[in-house]
Amino acid sequence: MGFFLRELRIHGRGGQGSVTAAELIAVAAFQGGVYAQAFPAFGVERRGAPVQAFVRFSDEMIRLRSQVYEPDYIIVQDSTLIADINVFAGMKAGGIAIINTEKTGGYPAPEGVSIITIDATKIALEEIGLPITNTALMGAFAAATGEIEFSALEDALRGRFEGKLADTNIKASQRAYEMIKGGSA
Amino acid sequence: MKQILEGSHAVAEATRLCRPEVIAAYPITPQTHIVEALAQMVADCRLQSEYICVESEFSALSACLGASAAGSRTYSATTSQGLALMFEVCFNVAGMRLPIVMTIANRALSAPLSIWNDQQDSIALRDSGWIQLYAEDNQEALDLHILAYRVCEDHDILLPAFVCFDGFILTHTYEPVDMPTQEEVDAYLPAFNPYQKLDAKDPISFGMYATPDYYLEFRYENQRAMLRTKEAIRKYGALFGEQFGRDYSGLVEGYKLEDAEVAIIAMGSICGTVKDAIDEMRADGKKVGLLKIRCYRPFPDEEIAAALSHIKTVAVLDKNISLGSKGAVALEVKDALYGSSIDVYDYILGLGGRDIRKKDIKAIVDLAEKGSGDMFYGLREELL
Repeated sequence: MGFFLRELRIHGRGGQGSVTAAELIAVAAFQGGVYAQAFPAFGVERRGAPVQAFVRFSDEMIRLRSQVYEPDYIIVQDSTLIADINVFAGMKAGGIAIINTEKTGGYPAPEGVSIITIDATKIALEEIGLPITNTALMGAFAAATGEIEFSALEDALRGRFEGKLADTNIKASQRAYEMIKGGSA
Repeated sequence: MKQILEGSHAVAEATRLCRPEVIAAYPITPQTHIVEALAQMVADCRLQSEYICVESEFSALSACLGASAAGSRTYSATTSQGLALMFEVCFNVAGMRLPIVMTIANRALSAPLSIWNDQQDSIALRDSGWIQLYAEDNQEALDLHILAYRVCEDHDILLPAFVCFDGFILTHTYEPVDMPTQEEVDAYLPAFNPYQKLDAKDPISFGMYATPDYYLEFRYENQRAMLRTKEAIRKYGALFGEQFGRDYSGLVEGYKLEDAEVAIIAMGSICGTVKDAIDEMRADGKKVGLLKIRCYRPFPDEEIAAALSHIKTVAVLDKNISLGSKGAVALEVKDALYGSSIDVYDYILGLGGRDIRKKDIKAIVDLAEKGSGDMFYGLREELL
């Protein structure tokens, strides 16, 4: 990573943990010595409504306060959003889109954007017992982008969740991390 | 120690380090995380403080008023409608010269209802006699709380203060901050030593009525204390710098102003976006700078005039509107620069949470250079 700003936009629905994902990715990045900033697209929280959250990464202090319009990375927690919202809007060439889906492709990504699909819902149901996909997608993000180390993500998850909840979320995250690492190797 | 946490939690931690003896607050978006965190600290015995649960913001600040008059270091936090409900008590606190520190998580006022950021709420209380400090980022937000207690409790000042930081934009943002230790804050901020306090053994009254023979002098003394606050901020801001390495002696702060032809004036979190926009404009050969107003009350009129003496054009960014007049910051900037040949243009923007991007700042500089201003910026014409 060079000395420049990278930006992540997370698309999800209320209740899927998009804001938590942004926060924990920032915590993990900070542990790795990166200056990170995480914030939600401020809305009235409603379960099921489309939500966004953002993370910026830099080697210098981040001063910018606007929302993220030209992301290097996106995470899409719910692929049904793609029919309603242009989740790829403004994505930079060379960017990475991580989509939670059981499909393996067929999404209209802009030129130069690589799409990584992962069935995070299946992983979450099997490991956590709930269709809450954020932690699996954090693992996929770590593997696909290299912005955060898995060990830092594990620490961030353990800092937020307790006991068994931490264990199951870390397992979901690790499984996704290894799937993407394996797939791209 | 450097750590990453939410802005609201950074402010709650800073408040804890200031050892408030009484906290009374009523939760309201986007202030809620601050008072939740403080209530948790009290419950966990991380903070030895009386946390008074109240049924409204009017009660919250009334409880603080009584506690402060009884000699306690006192804290509250609110925003928007909550601050509006405190209106009467705010004037009382200032008139009784009670050094309460209150966080304002800046938010728009109804109607129409908006939970999103602008600075109309604290600006609407500009005449209430409270010191008003505005933070650009979460580091400054947490630091200004520690500074505020130091300034307010000085016996030459004895005034309350708002520490304002933008709702959601800062309150809900995770970013790194350098959190001082308790020992460091204790070394900077001595225990509250009230000038006078309520004492059953030696009864006095606060805020009794003043006849026409006395009222004018009370208001004059309030104004004198407010004007002395400038010197107190310079002194304790410099002391803060010596102790913590971050200097807050300036009521205003320049960014690339020295050789600038156009100056932007702004308060709060928008200053960060402005600085990034200035770097890009300078790369394109445009000589633009920023004058950030950190202290809005007392208003730094002389400081602004001195900082801008070489500037041709000023663009003031106002996240508020004094309806029927102009933006509140621009009004006073124009007063500060009265008699100069500097062109001052006002831009009302970002109201109710409208996002402001670097390109907006650049567009505003273009407008100011063309002599076009005193306007709402970014209106959606199709809605009008």
